[in-house]
Amino acid sequence: MEHSPPPFFKRGPAPLVRLAFFASLSLALLVLDARFRYAEGLRQALALAAQPLQALAVLPGSVVDRIAGYFSSQVQLRDENAGLRRQLVDASQSVQRLQAALADAEQLRRLAGVAERYRNRGIPAEILYDARDPYARKVIIGRGTQHGVRAGSAVVDEIGVVGQVTRTHAGAAEVTLLTDKDQAIPVQVQRNGLRAVAYGGGLSGLLELRYMAANAEIEAGDRLVTSGLDGLYPPGLRVATVVRVERDAANSFARILCQPAAGVERGRFVLVLNAEAPQTPYPEEAGAQRERDPRGGKPRRAHRKAADGA
Amino acid sequence: MGPDRPQRILLPVRVSWIVTSFAAALLLNFVPWHPAALAPDFVALTLTFWCVRQPRLVGLGVAWLLGLLSDAGSGALLGQHALVYSLLAFAAITLSRRILWFSVWGQALHVAVLLLFAQGVAALVRLAAGADFPGWSLFAAPLLGAALWPVASLLLLAPQRRPIEVDETRPL
Repeated sequence: MEHSPPPFFKRGPAPLVRLAFFASLSLALLVLDARFRYAEGLRQALALAAQPLQALAVLPGSVVDRIAGYFSSQVQLRDENAGLRRQLVDASQSVQRLQAALADAEQLRRLAGVAERYRNRGIPAEILYDARDPYARKVIIGRGTQHGVRAGSAVVDEIGVVGQVTRTHAGAAEVTLLTDKDQAIPVQVQRNGLRAVAYGGGLSGLLELRYMAANAEIEAGDRLVTSGLDGLYPPGLRVATVVRVERDAANSFARILCQPAAGVERGRFVLVLNAEAPQTPYPEEAGAQRERDPRGGKPRRAHRKAADGA
Repeated sequence: MGPDRPQRILLPVRVSWIVTSFAAALLLNFVPWHPAALAPDFVALTLTFWCVRQPRLVGLGVAWLLGLLSDAGSGALLGQHALVYSLLAFAAITLSRRILWFSVWGQALHVAVLLLFAQGVAALVRLAAGADFPGWSLFAAPLLGAALWPVASLLLLAPQRRPIEVDETRPL
């Protein structure tokens, strides 16, 4: 009769086996997250667990800010106040002009029979901190789903587009900056209406227009604005200025680099603009809805009955 | 714990103290340090410490869970820190007997190698997922973390040190 020696020291599976188990679990999670984005539920639950610690960690910085603000000198405040007042006068003039232009545009749109876009107000938010990830360009803002921030919304500052909300938590949201390597934004050249897509340049802090023909009509100094074709970014927001165009006969595409207009990597206060119009359904979904329609189903059933009877 | 140096007898560790230290390390990691590239990974440091000191209590499972929490908190790929911390814990447990043989600065050198290895694995994972290499300054943070090793070992061992009682009446 065979028997193994009694286990004196129970220590579970061997360390190497454990390492293989946890490493393969991590690799599986990595693939699920990077390739298929299936792990969002787990991430939300874990983020909820980490939330109190994060809130506590940001606290000292905000307290220091508040104390520093209290002791900031009066001269500085007065200068700032005067500057802001001047800006307000400028801004109110342009608001009046804008309102007149908007009224005109709406009238023209009505005349042309185009559906009116409904506008909604932005959600002001403060940038809390840069995400602790040296491989991506992301910031965390202090407004989340409970304030109405939705994933996919555009984030702008007083000059132009800063980025896009990519992930939302209850009281905070993660904004991917325009300069992130995986971020893209549909743009239009203000001068001639040429459409393109601007991709983030990563570490360089620039944007790049890819897949533009070598003879595309674009030159250094051109301003790029959002085209609004994706239904997420409102049209006409400033995005970037073209700084360099390299046309090489060896390549069929031009290499076009642009400097972001807004303070993408600096600044503190931003505005979250939720997507303007609900997205139109895809053709297949619309087709499926029509098939489910009772009126659409009747003739087929009648046909089947006729076939059974025959 | 070298052969020629006297060694203090420590009190047994309390699990609540280990949990508290991990919570504090996570908290320190979530603090928005100003040059974010230079901020050492406090969780990795604390994990290395407990894996070296208490390899029976703190192991790969703890490391993996801490990694998942770090992933969710930092917005990195889910599983990145989990993988890195599991490997780090395994290496630290394997080397624990050897590391404790050295003086504090010798231990810090070993820890520097471990933390650099962990940062290298993280970089490999992100490069495989399509990120750009953010430059060699990436490896400054682990070195800074290893330089904090003496402070960490002083702080984390503090509750285990027995106060020295000088008993004048004792015969021996």
